Amino acid sequence: MAAVKETVDQVLSIDVDKYKYGFVSDIESDLAPKGLNEDIVRFISAKKDEPEWLTEWRLEALRRWQTMEEPTWARVDYPPIDFQDLHYYAAPKKTTGPKSLDEVDPALLDTYKKLGIPLKEQEILAGVEKGERPVAVDAVFDSVSVVTTFKAELAKHGVIFCPISEAVRTHPELVRKYLGSVVPITDNFYATLNSAVFSDGSFVYVPKGVRCPMELSTYFRINEKKTGQFERTLIIADEGAYVSYLEGCTAPSRDENQLHAAVVELIALDDAEIKYSTVQNWYPGDSEGKGGVFNFVTKRGDCRGKNAKISWTQVETGSAITWKYPSCILRGDNSRGEFYSIAISNGRQQVDSGTKMIHLGKNTSSKIISKGISAGRSSNTYRGLVSVGRKASGARNFTNCDSLLIGNKCGAHTVPYIESKNASAIVEHEATTSKISDDQLFYCLQRGLPQEEAIALIVNGFVKDVLQQLPMEFMVETQKLIGISLEGSVG
Amino acid sequence: MLEIKNLHARIGDREILKGLTLTVNPGEVHAIMGPNGAGKSTLSYILAGKEDYEVTEGEVLLNGESILDLEPNERSVAGLFLAFQYPIEIPGVATMTFLKAALNAHRKAKGQDELTTPEFMKLVKGVSEKLNITSEMLRRPVNVGFSGGEKKRAEIMQMALLQPSICILDETDSGLDIDALKVVAEGVNALRSPDRAFVVITHYQRLLDHIVPDIVHVLSDGRIVRTGGPELALDLEKNGYAAYVADAAA
Ligand SMILES: Nc1ncnc2c1ncn2[C@@H]1O[C@H](COP(=O)(O)OP(=O)(O)OP(=O)(O)O)[C@@H](O)[C@H]1O
Ligand SMILES: [Mg+2]
Repeated sequence: MAAVKETVDQVLSIDVDKYKYGFVSDIESDLAPKGLNEDIVRFISAKKDEPEWLTEWRLEALRRWQTMEEPTWARVDYPPIDFQDLHYYAAPKKTTGPKSLDEVDPALLDTYKKLGIPLKEQEILAGVEKGERPVAVDAVFDSVSVVTTFKAELAKHGVIFCPISEAVRTHPELVRKYLGSVVPITDNFYATLNSAVFSDGSFVYVPKGVRCPMELSTYFRINEKKTGQFERTLIIADEGAYVSYLEGCTAPSRDENQLHAAVVELIALDDAEIKYSTVQNWYPGDSEGKGGVFNFVTKRGDCRGKNAKISWTQVETGSAITWKYPSCILRGDNSRGEFYSIAISNGRQQVDSGTKMIHLGKNTSSKIISKGISAGRSSNTYRGLVSVGRKASGARNFTNCDSLLIGNKCGAHTVPYIESKNASAIVEHEATTSKISDDQLFYCLQRGLPQEEAIALIVNGFVKDVLQQLPMEFMVETQKLIGISLEGSVG
Repeated sequence: MLEIKNLHARIGDREILKGLTLTVNPGEVHAIMGPNGAGKSTLSYILAGKEDYEVTEGEVLLNGESILDLEPNERSVAGLFLAFQYPIEIPGVATMTFLKAALNAHRKAKGQDELTTPEFMKLVKGVSEKLNITSEMLRRPVNVGFSGGEKKRAEIMQMALLQPSICILDETDSGLDIDALKVVAEGVNALRSPDRAFVVITHYQRLLDHIVPDIVHVLSDGRIVRTGGPELALDLEKNGYAAYVADAAA
């Protein structure tokens, strides 16, 4: 992605304290008053012109949330979050909703340009002539989607790609049918919070038998201070459909922590396939652990039909705290779930991430490849669950979790849970923990590579299996992002 | 070109090099022979800048400049190359990728632009073919699953690609079959030039039949105890080290 490329070109010499995307855009915002109560929820719902059923849905979530407690089981440590000291809605003032590009505030377009995300279709198409594949983008700035590209082109194929706030109005039947059907409003503290106050995010529907003609992507940006970002993404691949979706994230460097609690729901019907890739590069905080994004995310895919396939690929390099377990419910017979993850922690970052593979249907299979890299004083935990239900005869899972340590002040942990209620299931688990060896480093240095380049090269080798899962353009840029994330990791 | 003066070095409490002196001039090929554990590999590691060793006395000059304070990568771009006795595996990193990274690091240090992919491929093809290294091997991760002989050939390929001015070969002949030995020797001989020098560490005359040295040294117990012409190697082959080791002890 261009954002990453630009980072590489300009930021090669900086350390973890100098996050590239740390600039703040001076854009006037429409803010909800601080705090969370029924009035705020109604305010958000009214701002978005929502139908009554959705307002009620949000309120139900809020009431539920008020009875819940923050989970504490993850291996992350952070000061208490004052949920009443946050703004739950922030929108750039001049943009009341997604419009055509001509109407979008030039300051906003400028922000995305700085991030390297082209929003002008002409610019993207110019890239296509140079051999880049077109990617349709939904750009979400704080609580609202500012623009979505290639909508018309996609519509020709019957693909719906728009902000979820718009889908609520234009395709209420689809939203109502699927929203909360994978992650119910009662699911967990953060998901329930999201259900009450979710701001914006993308909606994708790929109709029966359609192979989505281009990559879809959403680019999330937190700008306003003291805000939470609560995006909600819903992707439905109808029978026999295929879609590949990319998600990218950044936020300004601020001394206070920013809260991000997203929910992503994927639904794959019979013979459908969804490939979901994330490159998460939220501000990680400085090397002393000041500031940074708290990222509490619930991502879940439901292989609702037979032969359905969902694969999650994630590259997690940012955030002060990452709490994230993209999961698959393998409901349809012969359905498949995959999770490929690269999680890099440096400085004082804390990562607790992994996946859940819930086998319910017959002959379902899942594959988990997780590569954790810890450097600096960070902590990196893989937490995974493989569960095989009573009816899931012939279920198979293969899990491989490798951790790589750089230096001796960081920590890596692997917490795998396996529950099997069906004797025919085959569950395999492999795990390794290693350090970059001095011999490997010396060998690379002897050939002329500077230390940081040598580390990046060795780490890229370590994560190769996962890198190969990323779309081609993304793969090359991610390799460089890995180098940048590890700067200042030794010495 | 390379001047080693009264070099003392230790690892932990153990002194391994005990006053080693050696001068290598441009265009020369020096052979270093000596019993197991004499300190030959240690010398090569210290020249290349491996961290574990502490230099307690003496100096090492490359083209008149001290290199002991340079990082290993700085020594590399200054023209020092070490072909390892035991080449290291780097899983997941294609040999081709590694070669490109190394070559670009050298070019960058010299203020040159990176090569384009076709230019790079052409260069690699040139050096790999001479050493019977297939493109399949170049796609495999660095040294992973390479046979002993393949690893040694790959080291010489890297050397040919980086065009160093001082080449240190640590037992490059061990593990090579007869044909591979010839291929490697030809690879080395092709690189011989008036402004490049070699230090060849070996136990066997058979390598020196192919790479004919100008000067032969015996290293024993951390010191050069004897220096002579190519005939010294033949003598060692016949009579062993006993005489020289005794000399050193005396
Ligand atoms: N890391 C280490 N810790 C302790 N002793 C070491 C270490 N590395 C090398 N040595 C010792 O230093 C001495 C010299 O070793 P070195 O590898 O240089 O010998 P060599 O001359 O290359 O032998 P060979 O012909 O077997 O390759 C040996 O006695 C060895 O055991
Ligand atoms: Mg040795």
